[in-house]
Amino acid sequence: MSNPLRSEVLKLYRNLLYLGREYPKGADYFRERLKFAFTKNKDVTDPCEIRKLVAQGDCVIKELGNLYYLREYTAMKKLYHKQELFALLNIGRSTD
Amino acid sequence: MSRVLVGVKRVIDYAVKIRVKPDNSGVVTDGVKHSMNPFCEIAVEEAVKLKEKKLIKEVVAVSCGPTQATETIRTALAMGCDRGIHVEVTGKDYESMGPLQVSKILAALAKREEASLVIVGKQAIDDDCNQTGQMTAALLDWPQGTFASEVTLEGDKVKVVREIDGGLETIKINMPAVLTADLRLNTPRYATLPNIMKAKKKKIANMKPAELGVDMVSRGPGGGSEGDILRGLLAVEQSSRQHGGLISSSRTHLHPAIVATDFHDSSSLKGYSETLSFTELIQPTGG
Repeated sequence: MSNPLRSEVLKLYRNLLYLGREYPKGADYFRERLKFAFTKNKDVTDPCEIRKLVAQGDCVIKELGNLYYLREYTAMKKLYHKQELFALLNIGRSTD
Repeated sequence: MSRVLVGVKRVIDYAVKIRVKPDNSGVVTDGVKHSMNPFCEIAVEEAVKLKEKKLIKEVVAVSCGPTQATETIRTALAMGCDRGIHVEVTGKDYESMGPLQVSKILAALAKREEASLVIVGKQAIDDDCNQTGQMTAALLDWPQGTFASEVTLEGDKVKVVREIDGGLETIKINMPAVLTADLRLNTPRYATLPNIMKAKKKKIANMKPAELGVDMVSRGPGGGSEGDILRGLLAVEQSSRQHGGLISSSRTHLHPAIVATDFHDSSSLKGYSETLSFTELIQPTGG
């Protein structure tokens, strides 16, 4: 792997590893799949390909951020704005 | 240009299942995952957004507590704050620390740092007090925009859209002011590893409440030193809900109390002095 891309890939890996610690299904589950995903592509040499895969990784980072946010938002909504949430989902008591 | 003070609190993570200590004196906190209070995250995000819009110059993150509170400040720095202040409170002082003490500290710091805005989360998910912002404003004699779901800076005034029971209320208050963040104010960014690395270079000042002239004791009425007026006595786990049961529509399956009751007239229930649980009411008597 060419030098600048190597550091990019390593940065991506470390970033994903850090984010995976809070994964709902468990940090180990995430780490396993992360390792598998990276080792699956270890023989790729074309810089274009590598950049594409790194971009894919960045998408995963964005998705994870959204997942964590949604999880937290829903939990807070349930705790503090329950009636509103149920009204949005069309469930709950209509008599309130 | 101006400076914003953001208060952040380290609380037990919202996703953790809370366990009560065996002696019922409180909640288990040792070894339990802690993180920044979700509403504090929203407060930090708002301050950082204002800085990115170039409406304010500097964002200072403040947290009160033991050494672990610096982790929360680091997260705030990773989200974009410029520097942090850790007010060290440990031991008994920390156990009895509540909104009053924190608001005294925030008020003293706001004056010292010459902040034009103090932004905090509306409440903490561990104590649900919803008092710190309001008390800070009162101590500083500053206007307050609480439950903010939208904040706009207009010159030397702030327009705040507040989420209240009846809907939304828009107010315009003078700066300096105190704001408390509600859920819909913004979407807090997640602190990724590169940002955390950058945040390691930012400074966190350390100080004690005494340096700010704040007394951490919560006095009893009459100003005497009778000790804490607010003290946790008991922590008990919520009893598990009983499962509901399916019943047929036949009236004979209902508890006599319901059958006998003419619901327009409560006097027909006078004969029943026993308190009934809901499951008793729907379960056929005699099993």
